[in-house]
Amino acid sequence: MTTKLVVGLDGHGSGERALAYAERLAKLIGNCELMIVYVVEWSPYSFQTAEENAQRHKRREEEISTATQRVIDPAVAKVKSSGITATGKVRHGDVASILIAVAEEEKAEQIIVARSSEGGFAKRIFGSATSNLVMHASVPVTVVN
Amino acid sequence: MTFLKTLMLSAIATTGFGTMASAQEAMTIDQQVNEAFAAATGPFVSLIFAPIPGTSFPWIVMWLVIAASIFTIYFGFVQFRFFGHAIGLVKGDYSDPNDAGEVSHFQALATALSGTVGLGNIAGVAVAVGIGGPGATFWMILAGLLGMASKFTECTLGVKYRNEYEDGTVSGGPMYYISKGFKELGLPGGKFLAIMFSIFCILGALGGGNMFQANQAHAQISGIVGDYPGWITGIIFAAVVFAVIVGGIKSIAHVTEKVVPFMGILYVGAALVILLVNYDKIGWAFGQIFAGAFTGLGVAGGFVGALIQGFKRAAFSNEAGVGSAAIAHSAVRTKEPITEGFVSLLEPLIDTVVICTMTALVITISQQLIVDPVTGLYTLNEAGSAIATVNDVSGVALTSAAFGSAIGWFPYVLAIAVVLFAFSTMISWSYYGLKSWTYLFGEGKNSELTFKIIFCVFIVIGAAASLGPVIDFSDAAIFAMAVVNIFCLYFLMGLVKKELHSYASRLQSGEIRKFKH
Repeated sequence: MTTKLVVGLDGHGSGERALAYAERLAKLIGNCELMIVYVVEWSPYSFQTAEENAQRHKRREEEISTATQRVIDPAVAKVKSSGITATGKVRHGDVASILIAVAEEEKAEQIIVARSSEGGFAKRIFGSATSNLVMHASVPVTVVN
Repeated sequence: MTFLKTLMLSAIATTGFGTMASAQEAMTIDQQVNEAFAAATGPFVSLIFAPIPGTSFPWIVMWLVIAASIFTIYFGFVQFRFFGHAIGLVKGDYSDPNDAGEVSHFQALATALSGTVGLGNIAGVAVAVGIGGPGATFWMILAGLLGMASKFTECTLGVKYRNEYEDGTVSGGPMYYISKGFKELGLPGGKFLAIMFSIFCILGALGGGNMFQANQAHAQISGIVGDYPGWITGIIFAAVVFAVIVGGIKSIAHVTEKVVPFMGILYVGAALVILLVNYDKIGWAFGQIFAGAFTGLGVAGGFVGALIQGFKRAAFSNEAGVGSAAIAHSAVRTKEPITEGFVSLLEPLIDTVVICTMTALVITISQQLIVDPVTGLYTLNEAGSAIATVNDVSGVALTSAAFGSAIGWFPYVLAIAVVLFAFSTMISWSYYGLKSWTYLFGEGKNSELTFKIIFCVFIVIGAAASLGPVIDFSDAAIFAMAVVNIFCLYFLMGLVKKELHSYASRLQSGEIRKFKH
């Protein structure tokens, strides 16, 4: 049976480290597939102007195609070039809940992310995406430093 | 103080007896603007507010209430039957997770609410209670509850007949459902009525969605920092609005989006605190509301006066039947247009039944309205047009005084809230006006820019003119939208009923069910 691993990328350098680690892990496991996910931060409860609402569908398509081109496609190509099966996905929502949801849908063995670079005031109040993920995930989570 | 005078005038003018009494004084820039404006808009205003022959009842108020009652009965009290379902939709229980990133029901509702919650809830209610007494509140609540059905009708149609363009943007609103819906039914005149609506919507955007807001924001600011010419406030506001709608400076809009809901919560919170502290007077206040609703308790025009004021201010505040909300709600992502109808019926509830009632209760409980100790009836002011108040204030100043009597520093918070509400309402209405403008003149950079510049010019005029003519024109323009919109809704409501039957049976059979999140 193929082992599936979910890799969460954030478009920064730290994501590269997570991907590199996932690649190494995949080689060790052998029959392994990587599911590379980029999450566009989005909440259905945010406030927008009427004009933003009217253009929302268009913006969403743009966000998906930008993330696919800049983050997902290069990552998938890189992993494939080293002989590992990989697919990519861009989703909107809360980072932690989306990664957990994808892991559950795909019946993945674990989630791999890098420690996020966000910080400051918001992090102190709401906690980071990484810590939320670690606390709520239903599968093991590896956080790469 | 000009501020007090303008508000006094508003009280006189809104009852329909008003003329510009201050014209004899030396003409400042503000007065010249005011004179010219009142003269230009007078005939239009008199037509819209003409009384039903033989009564003092404006026909337009009747028009709105009858429509809301007909929709309520025709859709079998949809506002109560589907209330719980509406909450479920807003919570996202029925949203497909694959649509994440699209406009949610919550966002469409929040956007529409930011266009309606505002000065109507603060200043408008004070005008209603100041003239019609606490009894006006009863009629306001009734109009709010009935208005939920009007909103449901127009917002369902707004989504059903919106335009979806190839680039992924959407445009919706009465002008689209009137022209498309009439065509579908094989009725003539759809295009003409859609054009009529668009013209009135542009006027409404410039009036209630702009001048009234600028005017009251100036009144509030000058009430705190001292009197100064209105055109100065106007130019500052116009510059900021220009930066957002023309310059595309999203950061300003984003700040208001974050702060406005917070202000709304703070306002309701403060009202609740005042009500809790005075919990022993709540029963008495409701007594005043009920007694006043049917007897008037001595207000000008008796109980009919209370009723007119209540209905009028409710309509102005929640815009049910006006058609504006259909523009705001139409961007939602849903496969079922009717779901947005259900969601939109929460709007008059939040706006009128909850927030307006809070304001009215606080004004009543704070006893700013002077009661004759002997008869127990309200004492009228010298002009006999409104109830005398403690410091002779009306409009937003009355609300401010009422909150201030319980929480000393609250008028400052209220001033900030008024300015922000005014700003967010202007941004919303600039969009409604723009959609109507582009419907008439086509989409394109130059056409859009022309409207946006006109919009900003009217901010300056609105801040400079006095409240009387501004509030008259604002009301008249917004109600003119309702004349066309409701007329068309009568023809189109059958289409909504079909949707309702189909949806209700699929909901019953379990074909439409909650998604697991």
